[in-house]
Amino acid sequence: MKTASSFLELEEGRPLVPVWFEGRELQLPKGSNLAAAMLAAGVGTFRYTPVSGAPRAPFCMMGACFDCLVEVDGVTRQACMLEVTDGLRLSMPRKGRDVTDADN
Amino acid sequence: MQITDLVIIGAGPAGMAAAATAANAGLHVILLDEQRRPGGQIYRDVDRVAPIRGELLGKDYIDGLPLTAGLDHGNITHISGAVVWSIEEGIRVLYTADGRGGAIEAKRILIATGALERPMPLPGWTLPGVMTAGAAQILLKQSGVLSKNAVLVGSGPLLYLIAAQMIRAGTPPLALVETQTRADFLRALPHLGGALRGWRYLFKGLTMLSEIRRAGVRRYTSATNISIEGETSADGIRFIAGGKPRHIPCDTVLLHHGVVPNTQAARSIDVAHHWDARQHCFVPNLDDWGGTNVETVHIAGDGAGIGGAKAAALAGRLAALKTAADLGAISTIERDTAAKPIRRRIARELAVRPFLDAVFPPAIEATKPADATIICRCEEITAGDIRRHAGIGCVGPNQAKAFSRAGMGPCQGRYCGLTVSSLLAEANSATMDETGYYRIRPPLKPVTLGELAAMGGSVNSATN
Ligand SMILES: Cc1cc2nc3c(=O)[nH]c(=O)nc-3n(C[C@H](O)[C@H](O)[C@H](O)COP(=O)(O)OP(=O)(O)OC[C@H]3O[C@@H](n4cnc5c(N)ncnc54)[C@H](O)[C@@H]3O)c2cc1C
Ligand code: FES
Repeated sequence: MKTASSFLELEEGRPLVPVWFEGRELQLPKGSNLAAAMLAAGVGTFRYTPVSGAPRAPFCMMGACFDCLVEVDGVTRQACMLEVTDGLRLSMPRKGRDVTDADN
Repeated sequence: MQITDLVIIGAGPAGMAAAATAANAGLHVILLDEQRRPGGQIYRDVDRVAPIRGELLGKDYIDGLPLTAGLDHGNITHISGAVVWSIEEGIRVLYTADGRGGAIEAKRILIATGALERPMPLPGWTLPGVMTAGAAQILLKQSGVLSKNAVLVGSGPLLYLIAAQMIRAGTPPLALVETQTRADFLRALPHLGGALRGWRYLFKGLTMLSEIRRAGVRRYTSATNISIEGETSADGIRFIAGGKPRHIPCDTVLLHHGVVPNTQAARSIDVAHHWDARQHCFVPNLDDWGGTNVETVHIAGDGAGIGGAKAAALAGRLAALKTAADLGAISTIERDTAAKPIRRRIARELAVRPFLDAVFPPAIEATKPADATIICRCEEITAGDIRRHAGIGCVGPNQAKAFSRAGMGPCQGRYCGLTVSSLLAEANSATMDETGYYRIRPPLKPVTLGELAAMGGSVNSATN
C-alpha cells in the first residue's frame, strides 16, 4: 500500500519487499535505510512519546535524537540505523517500554 | 579481546584520513563506525551513491572517493555498523555490531566522531515533519529521498547547499527563512580580508546563492518570531520578516543554524573542554596534534572544533603522524617534515571560518527560547522549566538534570545540552565555562543485555 507522502523518492531500481508497520503492509526498497523508506512510503508518525503522547518522526537521521524509535522483535531500535529487510515486522514502541534511559 | 595499535572511532573524513596515514606508517588500525558504509556525514555512502547521483550532490561530495579508497589497506580493519558505547582507561573500546558486543584494546585511540546539528528549539520543532537540514541531506545522499514541500529555516552555508541540491533534483524548497541580519553582516566585514585566503569557499557560496535566486526561491532574512504550526505534523510556518507577519503552508520544515562538535565520547572519559565564544560551542582542550589530557587519546575533525571536511581530513593526518611517532613507527623528524605542509593547508582551510562564524551566528530565539518552548525533546522539558530551576538555585546542568530530567532521555543531552547550559548561564549571569555541561557517562548509546551476553563471540569474529 502506498499513501500520499510528503517525500519524493528518486528511482534506484531496488526490488520492493513487504514490511509490516503496526499491522499495515508497506512495500519498501530492499537494503535501503528503514527510516527513509518509511517516510517515502507515507508513514507520518513513527511513535508517541512516553511523557505526553505527542507524535514523533525522524529528526536527525544520524542516530543521535532517538525520535525514530520503532520496535523490532520486542527490542526498541532506531529506524534510521536499520536497513529494510524482507518481511520485517515493526510496531510503535509501547509506553513504558522505551529504550533504557541514560540515567547517569 | 582484540589487540591493535590504533582504534579510530568514526569513519568520516577525519577518521578515514587518519586510518590511511597511520596504516601507511606501518601501524595496525581498527576503524569503527556505526554507519554501514564509510564516509561520515559529508560523504555519507559515497562509494555506492557517487555513480547514481554524484552530479546532483556536487563535486564536494565526490571528493570523498579517494578517502574511502584509502581504506583498502592490509593494515586497516574497518568494522562497520559498530556503535561505540564505552571507552575504558583510555585504551579499551567497547562496541556493539549486529547485535553483538565487542572489545578492542589499543595503544592509542583517536576520537573522530564529528559534529551534530546545533539544537534549534523553536515552537513546534518536535512535530513530525520537522527535521534538521542535515537530516534532509542524509535522506537525499543515502536514500534519494527528498521533501516535496519544504521550508528551510535558520542560517549558514549548509542551508544554501541543501537548497541548491534540492533545486538540482527538481524539488526546490518553498522558501528560505533566514535568521542572520544586516548587523551580523557588518560585524563580519572586518573578517572578510582574512576570508579571502579561503576565496574558493566564498566563491562557492555566491554560486549557490545565484542558483537559488535563478530558481526563484524566495529568501527572507532577519526573520524573527518563528513558529512551526500543526496538530499531528507540521503544516506551516509563521514568522516576521521585513516588518510583516508571514505564513507559509508546508509539509516539512528543515532547521539549521550551524553544527557543533559532538563531544559525547570525549566527555565520557573526562577530556577537558572549554567554551569557544567565536563558534558558540564547547570544544575539547587540545595540543597542536589533537592530543588531550588523556595521554593515549587524540581528537580530530569537527569533534575538535568546526572546520569542515577538508580541515577534518588534514587534522586526522596530523593525529596519525603523532601516533605513529609516539609508537616508534616513524621518527619525530619524519613526523615534523610531513606535518609542515599539512599545517599550512589547515591554516588555508580555516581562513574563511571567522567570517562565516560572524555572518551566520546562531539564531538568538533558539539559543534563548521562550518559556513555553520544549528544549529537551526526550523528556519534553521546556525552557521555562529550566529557568524556574535556575531561580531556585540550580547553577549547573547536572543539577538541572537531577531536578527536571532534562538530558536524561536516550539522546543523553545531544539535542538539549547546549540550550540548558546557555539558559542557566543567562539566568545566573554566569559564563558558559562557569556553567559547564552535562557529565557524560557510558553507555554512550543504549546497549541491550543480549548484546552484552553475546560479547565474547564477536570479539574474534571482528578480526576477519
Ligand atoms: C547531518 C550533517 C550533515 C552534514 N553535511 C555536510 C555537507 O554536506 N557538506 C559539508 O561540507 N559539511 C557537512 N557537514 C559538516 C560536517 O561536520 C563536516 O563537513 C565533516 O563531515 C566532518 O568530518 P568528521 O570526520 O569530523 O566527522 P563526520 O563526517 O561527522 O564523521 C563522524 C563519524 O563518526 C561516527 N560516530 C559518531 N559517534 C559514534 C559512536 N559512538 N560509535 C561509532 N561511530 C560513531 C558517525 O557515524 C560518523 O560517520 C554535515 C554535518 C552534519 C551533522
Ligand atoms: S532520526 Fe534521530 S536517531 Fe533516528
